[in-house]
Amino acid sequence: MNPFRRSPFIIVATILVYFFLYAPIVGLVLYSFNASRTNVKFEGFIPAFSERVVMDGSLVKSSPCGLFHWYCDLAKNDDVLEAAGNTLKIAITATIISTIIGTMAALALQRYDFKLKPFSQVSLYIPIVIPEIVMGIGALTLFSQLFQFLNSTLNLSGDARLSLGIVTVTVSHIAFMIPFVTLVVQARLQGFDKSFEEAAMDLGANEWITFRRVTFPMILPGVLSGALLAFTLSLDDFVITFFTNGPGSTTLPIYVYGLLRRIITPQVNALSTAWILIVFIAVSLLQLLQNRTEKA
Amino acid sequence: MLQRLRENKSVQGTLLALPTTVWLFVLLIIPLLLTLIISFGRRSPDGNVIFTFTFDNYIRLLGYSTDCAGGQARCFDPLYATILWRSLVLAFNTTALVILMGYPLAYFIARAHPKKRNLYLFMVLIPLWTNFVIRVYAWMMLLRKEGGINIVLGWLAHLLGFPFQPLEMLYTPGAVLIGMVYEFLPFMILPIFTSLEKIDNSLYEAAADLGANAIRTFLRVTLPLSVPGVVAGTILVFIPVMGTFIVSDILGGRQVILVGNLIQRQFLDARDPTFGSAASLILMVMTLIVTYFYTRRFGFGEEIVAV
Repeated sequence: MNPFRRSPFIIVATILVYFFLYAPIVGLVLYSFNASRTNVKFEGFIPAFSERVVMDGSLVKSSPCGLFHWYCDLAKNDDVLEAAGNTLKIAITATIISTIIGTMAALALQRYDFKLKPFSQVSLYIPIVIPEIVMGIGALTLFSQLFQFLNSTLNLSGDARLSLGIVTVTVSHIAFMIPFVTLVVQARLQGFDKSFEEAAMDLGANEWITFRRVTFPMILPGVLSGALLAFTLSLDDFVITFFTNGPGSTTLPIYVYGLLRRIITPQVNALSTAWILIVFIAVSLLQLLQNRTEKA
Repeated sequence: MLQRLRENKSVQGTLLALPTTVWLFVLLIIPLLLTLIISFGRRSPDGNVIFTFTFDNYIRLLGYSTDCAGGQARCFDPLYATILWRSLVLAFNTTALVILMGYPLAYFIARAHPKKRNLYLFMVLIPLWTNFVIRVYAWMMLLRKEGGINIVLGWLAHLLGFPFQPLEMLYTPGAVLIGMVYEFLPFMILPIFTSLEKIDNSLYEAAADLGANAIRTFLRVTLPLSVPGVVAGTILVFIPVMGTFIVSDILGGRQVILVGNLIQRQFLDARDPTFGSAASLILMVMTLIVTYFYTRRFGFGEEIVAV
């Protein structure tokens, strides 16, 4: 009994909103095969299967990679590869650290009573209720004042001088990722039946064994989805990275932003398309995995 | 010692929560305090901070300039106040549009067959997981004079035999609004979906048995029960829109300057961190006030974790 299920209004609105969500993506993908190097107009597809790269004015007439000329260009672009490497390094490190200490905090907040508890709980909501740019410039101010102070008091010079880089980006990412991990794991712990743990204890397991054999496996799905959320937040982050990165720690979003302010070639579209494809595959795999575990 | 630790639950809890609490204190709370201190400071000629106690930055933001022609000490200069107001209005408009567009879709997904529900949700997640910067770029390509929208319109005009002049859409307030709506739409759809999905089917059956028609059922059953989702979505949309600067940077050019752009430029181009700090504190206070009154009126939904 669904009064609106077949309502034409809902169906039309749904189709329009999906169209709104996907039209820009389709355009983006299409232009990644653009023969025009300036990428202002769509000048047709790059002719497939040819030996040499021929640029006629601004048109690519042929390329060893055929239709995928811009993708080949991308794979040869060292800046892109470096940015991709940085992005992954930061995301992986930050995810591991934030998942571990975020899960610990979730356990503490859900299971224990301690003096700091209200403060810990409230501080988790800061990244949700405060615009990212405020955190970004806050972190920038902290690091620049701290580094200025340390560099002058310790008389550091040259390469030894402390400056913004991969470490400051990672540390700042962890700060905004922790609350998401903790809140997700906390939500999981709330629906947790304590009698399983009590049963384990009654059967003679000590606290560590109980945690390892009972508590942890039961909260694992929560921990994993928290980690996944944190990972994607880190991969996607622009604002915090923008203010805390330095020379040599450019991530992909920062790199793309830099390109947008200069000359745009279809390489940007190729990069975007590759990114969308990777995300699409990753999300599909996760969905499949989730469906499997739900059925099992 | 270890034995005592094992028995003392309070110490255990503190130790477990300590890394997180310290991390958040050092990287969120101390920076906020620093921002506050610096906002009362002054800029030195080489772009550094002189720690003093002056309200000049705030006075400038709220509409008075200390840099006047004719030797006056203070004169009216609404430039920055206009930027703050524009950002606030844009955030309200974006939120309203996103609710209008997101609600029907969330409703459709929640009422779809359970087997298809995951697929529909998945289709919302894909654009969301595509990078933020890439999504703005996609709209830049559509809105340009030679872009997708003008191509389609030109083609339609040609078919119908109308004369057609390409529209100037990029670098307008409308372009920024569309970009914001696109960026944040999924953040509204997911929490609304979560609250709609929880509604028990028997409630609809009861409403029907009692003779309520579709519209009445929607207004009296569905809508009230989905309020927590809308509230959570509003928080997830309104706050980031207030502070975002890429969308206006790329789609608004120099025409649409928001408070986010103002802050960014003070830290990078204009190099006046003290003024930038004051602007970002005003931004924070504005969002906190709106969020406070909004959540006090409607409550703070747990759907916030849905995304």
